[in-house]
Amino acid sequence: MVKDTFRGGVHPREHKSLSKEVPLRVYDAKGDMIFPLSQHIGKPARPIVKKNDPVLVGQVIAEADGFVSANIICSCSGKVKAIEKRRIISGALADCIVVENDGQFTPMEGFGTREELNGLTNEEILARIKAAGIVGMGGAGFPTHVKLAPKNALDIEYVIVNGAECEPYLTCDDQLMRLKADEIVEGLEVVLKLFPAAEGVIAIEKNKKEAIAAMEKAVEGKRKIRVQSLKTKYPQGGEKSLIRVIAGIDFPRAMLPAEVGCIVINAGTTYAIQRAVLYKEPLYMRGMTITGDAIKEPGNYFVRTGTLLSEIIEEAGGIKEGVTLKKALAGGPMMGFAISNLDVPTQKVTNGLTLLAEDDAEKAENTMTACLHCGRCTTVCPVGLMPQMMAEAFEFNNLERYENKLYGLECVECGSCTYICPSKRPLMQTFKRAKGEIMQKKREEAAKAAAEAAKAGGAK
Amino acid sequence: MTILITTIVITVIGIIVGAGLVFTSKKFYVEVDEREAAVRACLPGNNCGACGYAGCDALAAAIAQETAPVNACPVGGAAAAEKIGGIMGVAAEVGEKNVAFVRCKGTCDVTGTLGNYVGLQDCRSAVMSGLTLNDCGYGCLGLGSCVTACPQGAIQVVNGVAVVDESKCISCGLCTKACPKGLIELKPISKKVRVQCSNKDRGPQVKAVCSAGCIGCMLCTRQCEFDAIHVDQNVAHIDYEKCTQCGKCVEKCPVKVITPPEAG
Repeated sequence: MVKDTFRGGVHPREHKSLSKEVPLRVYDAKGDMIFPLSQHIGKPARPIVKKNDPVLVGQVIAEADGFVSANIICSCSGKVKAIEKRRIISGALADCIVVENDGQFTPMEGFGTREELNGLTNEEILARIKAAGIVGMGGAGFPTHVKLAPKNALDIEYVIVNGAECEPYLTCDDQLMRLKADEIVEGLEVVLKLFPAAEGVIAIEKNKKEAIAAMEKAVEGKRKIRVQSLKTKYPQGGEKSLIRVIAGIDFPRAMLPAEVGCIVINAGTTYAIQRAVLYKEPLYMRGMTITGDAIKEPGNYFVRTGTLLSEIIEEAGGIKEGVTLKKALAGGPMMGFAISNLDVPTQKVTNGLTLLAEDDAEKAENTMTACLHCGRCTTVCPVGLMPQMMAEAFEFNNLERYENKLYGLECVECGSCTYICPSKRPLMQTFKRAKGEIMQKKREEAAKAAAEAAKAGGAK
Repeated sequence: MTILITTIVITVIGIIVGAGLVFTSKKFYVEVDEREAAVRACLPGNNCGACGYAGCDALAAAIAQETAPVNACPVGGAAAAEKIGGIMGVAAEVGEKNVAFVRCKGTCDVTGTLGNYVGLQDCRSAVMSGLTLNDCGYGCLGLGSCVTACPQGAIQVVNGVAVVDESKCISCGLCTKACPKGLIELKPISKKVRVQCSNKDRGPQVKAVCSAGCIGCMLCTRQCEFDAIHVDQNVAHIDYEKCTQCGKCVEKCPVKVITPPEAG
């Protein structure tokens, strides 16, 4: 029997009905657009435009700098207003390219002309994905051209399209799969061309019946591609959880998906690959859900990257009357992070904006008690860790035990433990901090070792 | 009879074991540098790690082996360095005692708070959450990572900003590492004229978020007769090699962000 889920996990209230049936529609930004140079994991991109340069939709305005890096694409036409530090969605000040939007959205030449897949070599496909600046759109933002070029391309057994969307509130991937089913399958075919031995699996949670039906219709008659329905459970859409279900592999410690023969790509990314490779349209727009109980008209939008969040909120009817916005989250409530300033631009990885009238984190903090040692966090951890022991190790500042005895670096920061904890303890936040401190320590040690090696080399 | 045999056997065993002990202790004698113990006695014994060694024992060993200078302990200061210098037969060169100083004046009265952060009450966790806690993105968060880091209880958060009690400070520097905003610096204890702001934004932006912030107006630079105060990245910095504590910049500063020379 094929299993349809993994061990552990939780089932938070979905709240998806708010925006589930609202079709995706394009929203064209009106004001200036801001493009942060670092919207991905890796080195920030290097700007290749100057102040007052005219730009067009789809133009590369900053180039990938180094191997793990990605191009930044302009999503409007107009001229470059400034290259300066602006506040970005994470709350930090970062280098951004500000473009004055002329409202015409004039595209680049050759934009959107169809080409057939057969005429393309693998190198050309990867080059186009790289040029289009595509990164993992599920949230991590790992450059896709790096992910799709593993050393063992012939050993890849599964290419998994992640359409689980297990995060509460978010529905943009659901709508995307209903609307663009054929395109996603074509995008998957492009990826499968790179991995001749692989089978394509489109994984969708069972609470998206319409999306499953649409995808099943689209894969009819295709060899090597199937749709797999999954149990509705959080974090079903985690990379490790998906590999556990589809390939039946318990993910080994400190390994990459490609090393166990799997590539996992988000449904949105697959769509972006199709646009980039077959239509030469780079990643300048993405599906995004605006939802929550504080917004007037929750919905799904195709938003140009660089659009200000405040503009999108206005488009969605603004904040409900008589409601004060207590908490704004980039993404959903489980994996998303709180934002304190709404005048910040969307990025390639911004998959949603959840606006809440009540701050549950504040409530949780007010009712926090000591750990009961009930072990519920251990039963829900999808990775099989022991959160209460890890939190204890961190409280005693025993990072050595945290890392090597309790394997705390394997934590995927899904937040299931924090969700289930009857004592309302901030477990995931503790682990985020612990991981950060261990990584920093490692970086410091590496820098020290490098300095010593340089010194020894110099002495010779 | 039994008593006699027992006594003899015990005596013989005693002699053999005793001889063995004498032999092994002579044969396997490890030479101990008695200076190490003497140096260790001069160190404060806090094991705070501010010297960069694992603790006072490790530092004492390093000093005795002459791999660390005699004034390596910032906590013991001049007194300890002099004593250790005597033991090691080296003249101790000691600078002035440093104390920790929080470069922020943004109390709750002069700047506002933003974003309702909840969770671990610790500055480093708060910074990781991505929320901007204060209107000013550079200032003290007031959650007290430095308070927990301080081994002497010399730091307290007063009205939203950490304040150092200089009489208790042992200049170990642990708070400087604990502060995620990098606001705490070690300054010479006698130099009371210090710039109490770290906001790198331009003047109008600073004015908008905090009424006590350095606006980078350069009035202090023009006022200084000794070329000791300069504005770098929109914040004034004082060069203590040149500063004479005359206090002219303090008087001229329009936002009163420089502490006066007579400050306690």
